[in-house]
Amino acid sequence: MLAEIGHFAVIVAFMVAIIQSVVPMIGAAKGYSGWMDAAAPAAIVQFLAILLAFTMLMIAFVTSDFSVKLVASNSHSLKPMLYKVSGVWGNHEGSMLLWILILAFYGALVSLFGRRLPLVLKARVLSVQAMIGVAFLAFLLFTSNPFERLPFPPIDGNDLNPLLQDPGLAFHPPFLYLGYVGLSMTFSFAVAALIQGSVDAAWARWVRPWALLAWITLTIGIALGSWWAYYELGWGGWWFWDPVENASFMPWLIAVALLHSAIVVEKRETLKSWTVLLAILGFSFSLIGTFIVRSGVITSVHAFANDPERGVFILVILIIAIGGALTLYAMRANSFRSNVVFSPVSRESGLILNNLLLVVSTIVVFVGTIWPLLAELVMGRKLSVGAPFFELAFTPFMIILALALPVGAILPWKRAQLSRSGKPLFGALILSISLGLLVWSLQTGGRMMAPIGLGLAGWVILGTLTDLIVRTRMLQLGFGAGLIRLCKLPRADWGKAFAHIGLGLTIFGIAAITAWESEDIRIAKLGERFEVSGYIFQFDDIKKINGKNYTADVGNISAFFDGKLVATLKPEKRFYPVQRMPTTEAGINSTLARDLYIALGDAHGDGWTIRTYVKPFAVWIWIGCMVMAMGGVLSMTDRRLRIASTSRLKNLS
Amino acid sequence: MAIGLKKRRRVQLIIIACIFLLSASILIGFAFKDGIEFFRSPTQVLSEKINESEVFRIGGLVKEGTLIRNGDNVSFIVTDLVNDVPVIFNGILPDLFSEGTGMIATGTLNEGKFQAVEILAKHDENYMPKEVADALKEQGIFQD
Repeated sequence: MLAEIGHFAVIVAFMVAIIQSVVPMIGAAKGYSGWMDAAAPAAIVQFLAILLAFTMLMIAFVTSDFSVKLVASNSHSLKPMLYKVSGVWGNHEGSMLLWILILAFYGALVSLFGRRLPLVLKARVLSVQAMIGVAFLAFLLFTSNPFERLPFPPIDGNDLNPLLQDPGLAFHPPFLYLGYVGLSMTFSFAVAALIQGSVDAAWARWVRPWALLAWITLTIGIALGSWWAYYELGWGGWWFWDPVENASFMPWLIAVALLHSAIVVEKRETLKSWTVLLAILGFSFSLIGTFIVRSGVITSVHAFANDPERGVFILVILIIAIGGALTLYAMRANSFRSNVVFSPVSRESGLILNNLLLVVSTIVVFVGTIWPLLAELVMGRKLSVGAPFFELAFTPFMIILALALPVGAILPWKRAQLSRSGKPLFGALILSISLGLLVWSLQTGGRMMAPIGLGLAGWVILGTLTDLIVRTRMLQLGFGAGLIRLCKLPRADWGKAFAHIGLGLTIFGIAAITAWESEDIRIAKLGERFEVSGYIFQFDDIKKINGKNYTADVGNISAFFDGKLVATLKPEKRFYPVQRMPTTEAGINSTLARDLYIALGDAHGDGWTIRTYVKPFAVWIWIGCMVMAMGGVLSMTDRRLRIASTSRLKNLS
Repeated sequence: MAIGLKKRRRVQLIIIACIFLLSASILIGFAFKDGIEFFRSPTQVLSEKINESEVFRIGGLVKEGTLIRNGDNVSFIVTDLVNDVPVIFNGILPDLFSEGTGMIATGTLNEGKFQAVEILAKHDENYMPKEVADALKEQGIFQD
C-alpha cells in the first residue's frame, strides 16, 4: 500500500509541475497577477508530494519491504540501519528520486523565502524550475519507477553493494546532488533574466547565494567521495580522473567561475551576459554529468548499470535544456549592455582572468572526459584518457590561476597600479619563493612538483593573509587597532580569505603527497618487521571477526618511529556473504604531518600481501576542502546578501 | 570616448581568450600523446604490431586455471575465448578479481607478455567492463 501511495504522489507531483511550468509563465507574459501567484503554492505542493513519495520509499527500505523490487535488489534485513537509509539513494531509481526531491526543495525555498522577489521574476524562475521538474519526473515515471512491486517477494534482499556500505559514501550522494541541483536554481534565474531581458545588481545578489550553496555542497560532496576512494579502494589514491569524478568536477569549476563573476555584476554592473552564460553552463555540466553517470556510455568504475533507454531519455532532456537556454541566450544576450569601463589592471580584470582560466580548464577536462566517446563514434577505436593527460593539460592553468590569485584579489576595483597595489605582496612573494627553493635544496630527488607546489601554496596563503593585513591597515594603525578592524570585516571578506586559504592548503596537500609519498608492497609473515621511509612496521597478528552482515580478517600492525610505538593499524579484508563480495578497508593513522596507510591483500601460505604507504601531509587535501567550504558558508551568511535583496529589488520589476 | 575604450577592452579580452584557447589546444594535443591509452582485446594484441613502449589497456576474461600467485608476483592469461595473452602483474589484485570474470589491465607488451602496472577494479559483481563485453561480442561469445 505504501509503495502505491508513493507512486501516486509522484504522479501528483508530475501534474502539479506541469501546471507550475505553464500557468505562471503565461501569467508573466500577459501580466495576469493571479496566474503568477499560482507559482509559489504550486512549488510547495510539488515539494510536499515528492517528500511524501520519498518518505514512502524510505519506509519501504527501513522496514525491509521486499515486495518492492528496488528494496529487494538493494537491501537486506541484516544491514545496519544507516545503510538501510542510505540504500534509498544507493541505486539508480532511488537516487533519481532524491535528485528530484532536492530540485523541488529548492523551488519550495524560493517560494517561501522569495517573498521580496519581484512577482514576475519569481513566477518565471519557478516556472523554469518546474520545467526541469517535469522532465525528470517523466524520466522517473517512464523509465525508472522506484515503486515497482514484485509479484513474488523474496524472503530476503540482495543487499546493497558492500563498497557503498560506508559512512563516507552514505552522505556523498546527498551533498553532491544538493550541489548539482543547486545549479538548476542559477539556471532558472538565468533563463528568467533572459526572458525578461534585464540583469542588475539585485539579480546578482539573488543568484549568488544559490551559486554559493551549490558550490559549498559540491565541494563537500566531492571531498567526501575522494576521501572514500582513498580509504576504501585500497590503492591509496584520492583522485583518479575517472569520467564520473570529472562529471562532478566540471560543474564545480564552473560554479567557482560563476561565484566570482556574480561579484562583478553585483558590485560593478558589468559582465552581465557572461554571468548569465556561466549560470547556464553550470547546470549544463550538471546535466552532462548526470548523463555520463547514468547512461553508461563511458566506461567508469563508478557508473550505474548501463541502460541505453535511460541514456537516450537524459540526452533528450539535456539537448532541450541546453539547446533551449543557449538559443534564448543568443537571442537576448545583447540586451544586457553596460557602459562601465575598467582598466586592464583592476579587480575586474583579475576576476575576468579567473573566469577565463576556469572555463578553459573546464574545457580541457571536458575534452578529456568525452574523448573516448568521440573516438569510438568517429574512429571506431576504443581508448581511455588517463591521468597523465589531465596532469599535463589541466595543471598549467591551475598554476597560472594560483599565481594570479593573490594579485587579483588585492587590486582595487576600476583602476589600479600594479606597482602600488601589489607592493604589499612583495613579502609574500619573497617568502614563498624562498620556501620553494628551500624545499628544492632539501629534497634529494629531482622532481619539481614539491618545490613548485609548496611555493604556490605559500604564495596563495601568504598573499591572502597580506590582503587581510592591508585591508585592516594593521601596519599603519598598529596591531590592536588592526585586530579590531579585522573583527569588523564583513563576512564576505572572511569568506574570501577562508576559501583562498583553503585552496592553498589543498594545493599544499596535493603537492606534498604527489612528491613525497613512499610505497611498499610485500608478503609479510606474522611477527615480521619492515621499514618504509623511516617507520618500522611490525605485523603482530591477524584475527577473524564477525560484523553485522560481514566477516573480516583484521590485521594488527604496529608502527614505530625512533623506536617508539606511534600507531597501531588495523586494516581489514571484509567478506559480504549476501553479495559474495570482498572489500578492503585500509588501516589509516592520520596526523597533520603524515598518514600511515596499510591495505591488506590475500593470504599466501603463512604470509599476507601487505601494501604500505607513508603519505606526508595527506590530510591537508581534505582540510583544505573543508576550509574552502567554510569560506562559502561565511560568505553566504553575509548580511549584505540578505538585506540588499529586500531593499533594492523593488525597482527590478 | 567611453565606447571606444569599451571596444578596445573587448578586443583585448578576445585576444587573451584566444591565447588561452590556443594554448589549451596545444597542451591537449601534447597531453594526448601520453594520456591516451588504447583498448585492445587479446585478438587485437596478436594481430597488431605494438610498440614496446606503448602503454595500452587489455581486457577480457581471466582464463580458468591460469591464475598463479607467487608472492606478490601474479600471472594469468587473459582471453577473449579465441586468443590468449599472458599477463604478469606485480602488486595487489583488486578485491573482485577472480578466474572466469572480466578484467581490464593497463601496461605494456613485452616479448609477447603483457606487463601490467594497474589492474582495474570493478565496483560490482555483475558489472562487465563495456570494452570487454564488446570485445567478447565481436567474437560472438557474449550476448546481453
